Amino acid sequence: MEFIDYYKILGVSKTASDSDIKKSYRKLARKYHPDLNPNDKEAERKFKEINEANEVLSNPENRKKYDQYGKDWKHAEEFEKAKQSQHQYKNTGQQHYRNYSESDFSDFFESMFGGSGRSTAYGRTRYRGEDYNAELHLNLMDVYKAHKRTLTINKKNIRITIPAGVENGQTIKIKNHGGSGTQGGPNGDLYITFVIENKTPFRRNKSDLYLHVDIDLYTAVLGGEIMIETLDGKVKINVKPETQNGTKIKLKGKGFPVYKKEGQFGDLFVTYTIKIPKNLSEQQKELFRTLSKL
Amino acid sequence: MTKGHLIPVLEFCKRHEIEFSFINSLHEFGLIEIITIRKTAFLNSDELPRLEQIIVFNKELEINLEGVEVIMRLLERVHQIQNEMNMLKNKLGLYEN
Repeated sequence: MEFIDYYKILGVSKTASDSDIKKSYRKLARKYHPDLNPNDKEAERKFKEINEANEVLSNPENRKKYDQYGKDWKHAEEFEKAKQSQHQYKNTGQQHYRNYSESDFSDFFESMFGGSGRSTAYGRTRYRGEDYNAELHLNLMDVYKAHKRTLTINKKNIRITIPAGVENGQTIKIKNHGGSGTQGGPNGDLYITFVIENKTPFRRNKSDLYLHVDIDLYTAVLGGEIMIETLDGKVKINVKPETQNGTKIKLKGKGFPVYKKEGQFGDLFVTYTIKIPKNLSEQQKELFRTLSKL
Repeated sequence: MTKGHLIPVLEFCKRHEIEFSFINSLHEFGLIEIITIRKTAFLNSDELPRLEQIIVFNKELEINLEGVEVIMRLLERVHQIQNEMNMLKNKLGLYEN
């Protein structure tokens, strides 16, 4: 756990007035607020730092304690004990930003100020509950068929149906499964973003799948039958005589399920790569030479 | 739309400690929709996340309504572009390896 320089974070000097701190905080909050920087983890991290710095420096009591014990923060606990008998903390009534919870404070802050230092998280009475965001990591085959899964969000178990055909990076909203609303207000929503890892030989574009298949020269020239693996099991394919390298064929309905359209599937596109035989015997080479002269 | 999806504007204002006139100006700016049934103004509950975002921008970040209007448009565009980027990333996966 390292010392955090809150003055540096807010870009103010140690002698800065309350109004300078407020001004600097607002300026930085406008720059890094998560609502203004959607899906930007770096902005979110910076915003948390700024908020924490403001929590300390905008509160006279916290600021005094920080200035006094700053780098010697490890002694703050003794300071706290000595102060305990004096007075209770009073709320300054300032406002704070949403999507901000206790866990967003650094260990340094928690160590120095603990619960009593947090003056204003959720200072504004929120009507609608907070929205929750979660990331769910799945394999491609996990989303080939719709299935139910139990997720634990903020210590609550939620059973959801993961629809077949969900895309990598897709976010779905589950209504009313966010934080509870206050005084009769509606609950927030739960947003789940899917991160889908594909370890199969298939490449996916929406509901279509793409596969490269090697075929030997003789089958390509003379034609024949090959077996290929699809997500739906093995399929026998007739290779036409004189098939060229890079030939693409379409297997209708052998692709991935179409999202939210039960029973509908995309197509599987197979591209042939013709393998030229290696380590030919002298007799084979001679036959190829004869062939080339015909 | 069922009545269950409607939130009385006055109720919302009370909880957020904001004036009715503020909600009205948002409506005039075209930022939100107000539904009037028998002389009572309601908000669609689907609009609450957007409305709370507008309140944060205006009341807490001190951005004026003209600025909020521009931000809301740009955020919509950012979301569209992020979706497009995600789609293109997935497409790019076709050519990797």
